[in-house]
Amino acid sequence: MSRMIGVDVGGTFTDVFVLDEETGAASVAKVPTTRPDQSGGFLDGIARQVDDLSGVDVVVHGTTAGTNALLERKGARIGVITTAGLRDVLEMRRRDRPRTWGLRGDFDPVVPRDLRLEVPERTLADGTVRTPVDLEAVRAAAQTLLDRGCAAVAILFANAYANPENEARAVEAVRAIWPNPHVSASSEILPEIREFERFSTAALNAYLQPEVSGYLDRLDAALTKGGFGGEFLIVQSNGGVMGTDTACRLPVRTALSGPAAGVIAAGHIARSAGFDNVITGDMGGTSFDVALIAGGRSQLAPQTAIDFGMVVRTPMIEITTIGAGGGSIAWVDKGGLLNIGPESAGSTPGPVAYGQGNTRPTVTDANVVLGRIDPDKPIGGKLARLDVDAAARAIDTHVGAPLGLTTLEAAEAILTVANSRMAGAIRLVSIERGFDPKRFAFMPFGGGGALHAGAMLREVGIGRAIVPRYPGVTSAMGCVIADMRQDFVQTVNSLTAGLDTDALRDVMQRHVDEGLALLDAARSRFEAREVLFELDMAYVGQTHTVAVPLPVPVTDGRVAAPSVAGIEAAFDATYRATYGRLLKAGTRRVMNLRTAVIGRRPKFDLATLAPEGGSLEAARTGSRQVHFAGEWHETAIYDRLSLPVGAEIRGPAILVQPDTTVLVDPGLVGRVDRFGNTILTPEGA
Amino acid sequence: MSAAIDPITLAVLAGRMEQIADEMDATLFRAAFNPIIAEAHDASHGLYHAVTGDTLVQGKAGLPIFVGVMSFAVKAVIDKAAEAGDLADGDIYIFNDAHMGGTHLSDMRLVRPYFRDGKLFCYLASVGHWHDVGGAVPGNYNPSATEAFQEAFILPPVKLVRAGVLQQDIVDILLRNTRLPQSAQGDLNGQLGALDLGVRRLDELLDDYGTDTVRAALDALQDRAEALMRAELSGLPDGRWEATDYLDNDGITDTALPIRVALEIAGDRMVLDFAGTAPVTAGPVNIARPTAVATAYVAIKHIFPDLPANAGVMRPIEVRVPEGSLLAAEFPAPVGGYTETILRMIDVIFSAAAQAAPDRVVANAYGTINALSIAGKRANGQRWVMFSFYGGGHGGSSESDGLNHGNAPISTATIPPMEILEAAYPVMFRQWALRPDSAGAGAHRGGLGAVYEIELLEEKAEAFLFGERGRFAPQGVAGGAPAAKNVFHYEQADGWHSPPLASKMLGIKLQKGQAVRLETPGGGGYGAPADRAPEAVARDVALGYLTPEAATEAYGPAWQEVRP
Repeated sequence: MSRMIGVDVGGTFTDVFVLDEETGAASVAKVPTTRPDQSGGFLDGIARQVDDLSGVDVVVHGTTAGTNALLERKGARIGVITTAGLRDVLEMRRRDRPRTWGLRGDFDPVVPRDLRLEVPERTLADGTVRTPVDLEAVRAAAQTLLDRGCAAVAILFANAYANPENEARAVEAVRAIWPNPHVSASSEILPEIREFERFSTAALNAYLQPEVSGYLDRLDAALTKGGFGGEFLIVQSNGGVMGTDTACRLPVRTALSGPAAGVIAAGHIARSAGFDNVITGDMGGTSFDVALIAGGRSQLAPQTAIDFGMVVRTPMIEITTIGAGGGSIAWVDKGGLLNIGPESAGSTPGPVAYGQGNTRPTVTDANVVLGRIDPDKPIGGKLARLDVDAAARAIDTHVGAPLGLTTLEAAEAILTVANSRMAGAIRLVSIERGFDPKRFAFMPFGGGGALHAGAMLREVGIGRAIVPRYPGVTSAMGCVIADMRQDFVQTVNSLTAGLDTDALRDVMQRHVDEGLALLDAARSRFEAREVLFELDMAYVGQTHTVAVPLPVPVTDGRVAAPSVAGIEAAFDATYRATYGRLLKAGTRRVMNLRTAVIGRRPKFDLATLAPEGGSLEAARTGSRQVHFAGEWHETAIYDRLSLPVGAEIRGPAILVQPDTTVLVDPGLVGRVDRFGNTILTPEGA
Repeated sequence: MSAAIDPITLAVLAGRMEQIADEMDATLFRAAFNPIIAEAHDASHGLYHAVTGDTLVQGKAGLPIFVGVMSFAVKAVIDKAAEAGDLADGDIYIFNDAHMGGTHLSDMRLVRPYFRDGKLFCYLASVGHWHDVGGAVPGNYNPSATEAFQEAFILPPVKLVRAGVLQQDIVDILLRNTRLPQSAQGDLNGQLGALDLGVRRLDELLDDYGTDTVRAALDALQDRAEALMRAELSGLPDGRWEATDYLDNDGITDTALPIRVALEIAGDRMVLDFAGTAPVTAGPVNIARPTAVATAYVAIKHIFPDLPANAGVMRPIEVRVPEGSLLAAEFPAPVGGYTETILRMIDVIFSAAAQAAPDRVVANAYGTINALSIAGKRANGQRWVMFSFYGGGHGGSSESDGLNHGNAPISTATIPPMEILEAAYPVMFRQWALRPDSAGAGAHRGGLGAVYEIELLEEKAEAFLFGERGRFAPQGVAGGAPAAKNVFHYEQADGWHSPPLASKMLGIKLQKGQAVRLETPGGGGYGAPADRAPEAVARDVALGYLTPEAATEAYGPAWQEVRP
């Protein structure tokens, strides 16, 4: 028997997805996340599904351990050794501020100033070493950092992307005396121009190293103790997996691990169902997270800020977040305008209906009052029932009374405004990437998204929504699906005219060698191996680069030499597609080379998740009054997982499953496809 | 008053219209060629009233100063069109004349009337800072200009597009008058694209909701913004508070120039009276009246950050700008250094408002943009110009110390990475660091300013600086102390020198291996220094934000007795 297990540890729940590769049988489990040590919930969740770990081939983990350590500032005490004159780069950022208006707030970097030590050394932008690194000073600085209790150290030198020699010599000297493996140089982590982004990424990586490697070691040991002899992999922010040794070396790459896995699963589900263009909407307690998949590929962002001033530059699945989740609070401002969020009741105390102390109405409270959520069977199973009356009173007091609306009108108003904001996020995300959202399908996931899917179709003009069969465990499923992927970058900074294509080929070859070696070292089976090259290019004078795919063949691991003409043609094609026109006589520049080495893991057939047998009648569990557009409607309730393939349900209807409620609005039809997804479309479409 | 509109539709439309402006911003940021727009977001978009030009809705991502000033640009077009009597659907006006549209000549404004069913419904506008618009100095910060003609070419409102037809003649004139025609063409295309998108989105919105409903919503949002502002003012004590601060000089004559405000609150109204401010100057620290009014708006928005960005906010506020003052300069007085003057206006408004409501107001930020350019020719004859603004400290507040190395209150621009500058220009930064002892002391101290020391790697070059705060320090509030002043030095064969006009100088000749050194102010302190915990002072000393001597001088010796 061979099994794969995906485990996603979220803020509230730990989800486990178990796939038997031979039979195709899948099972899911949801257990509470344990804090501060998430390994308890992790192991508990697996134990619910699997008695004997010896039959498990692969465990893939989507983790928030790194994200939480960053957000809560719970990383290690670390030091940095940097170029004379530049100790404050981490603290000066790019001269930004937390909010446009108000001029309030300050910033504490993760490395305080007395742990940022300078040494004599300097490399110029063209790679010339102007001042060789003073290794005595480096050793003395490292000793000082050790004496001051640092558990990790990063070497951050100016222009190390252009020539890593000084950094390499310094890091070698430090490794010789540092008592643990947590020593790194900025050019090892990110050999890319832009000192703040590179230093920040390297410093945050060092900050996470002791924490994340300790966590992964604990999990690894516990799995081994349980009889597990397979491979343990970690999901990266780029949506690919990596081995634990890589994760311990580059923990900063896990910053968006869990959400990235969710988008990977969404892409696979949508593609299987016949849709290459999909916008995902993950609605949780405090936020609504939107991601876009075009032509079957998720969009990657080059960097993100985990918090103000905490920039991580590594390719990551682009996810846009707005503060409109189930727990977002509805309030009327002094000017009489209804607002949703950004303040949130989260999951504790949670919506008023949870009866845990919050008295201000939330989006979930509006759904409860309108009958869209069953008060007798709350999701997650923690509460016995929801307090509808308390939710109604809160809506009355805080929204109905100030606006002169009845309770039901006020509840509908809350949803209307929340839906409008969510729709706005979908529009903006697509517009910013140059896409028309109407050409996309919408895929809600997370606990609350499927309650709002109909509204998104209406507001954005999208033709259909795909509700996955298990929307509450999408990220765990994504862990099982994700490919193995390594990203590499190297700043080139050369005009195309003077480009040294041999040198470029050598860097490409180095990336490919390193990437393929990592694939070779993995025990996973790969269906295929793929190498993608991209150049960040722009006209001289323009700072925004475009990502230009470079079709260079790799045969038996050997990279063919790129040509200047080929690079220029690729740039012109991409530039024209992006901006509509080329610049006459513009000089083109290659800023960075990006390489992705991907091992395609076999995808399991989602049809194995589909229901077998069943009937519409048997799935129907009853009906209740639900409020839509000013009226109560007697609304059929179905047990969603019992609905047969091909079932068609006309709205209004509610489909219930343990962790999600799917709302089929009046005027919509829900159809169960051959994978068990529910496809929502306007009636008659 | 507006026609009744139900509160739900209003809340939805508020978001939808704001999003139209946000999408226009996003369109230009993505398409713009020059980094001042693409990276620093020195641009703005919005919807404006068909008759008054008042700001109806403005994007959130654009530059703060534009939030108030764009309505004047639209009004200039409204007046021009009324005079000519030929406004048509599909027209787009373009101009950069700062005396009509505010700010400076680098800001290119495009204004497009939006017609619905054959009737003018509103205006859409796009403004963006172009990289170069001619004039005597590349990048257009000319500290010795005495007329606008020396700052840039000047374009009054003209039709760039007539009833949908692009006037190539106008484009040709524009492109012949800039040192960077490719960049200008790219930015112009981006701005036209943003306006096109705005029209499409507005079409959709009006299709969905109807003209009357949207108009009613726009009116209602103004009324509600006004109500919010009145509620805020009613919560403040009545009274009159004054504050005076100074510009170092006008770049021509070394005479301090007072900027004075009297802030008066009576019930739900406020008056900002700038009587007593210095008269128009020969050098370019003047501003046009629209800029002055818009600056008052920026200061108010910082004090009340949750207020919406529309003209309703300003209805209860009267801004009195005295005739003949440097805040109401007439054409062709030079206005290229407007950033310095409006920063000082914001400082005095904060200083006055802090007397009325200390918890609501932060201390002065560093207060100068420090436009520094270094220019020369490479060995191959190619010309280079490195032009950037530099950061400083923010003021302390009731909540926390000020931010170290922030951007200016009128801007949200980030600084280019040092490595990008070193890769593009023959310079090396010897230092890019926080400046110890630069923060104003206080219960919550100011943020630290910065030190930038830049060495020339080519044979020779010239440096130009347009800065301020070299003679008058950023002030604290609520008993907080002032920050350190701006300091600039340049290296010559015989050692280091500083400019006779403190922070302004043209044509500083540098040889290979020589450097310029800019030390920017921190932010002012908030609250009495005696109220700062000795542990916090000790921590500042341990981290090197403060030298021991300066710590004892500002806070007394108590910090020496405690552990940080």
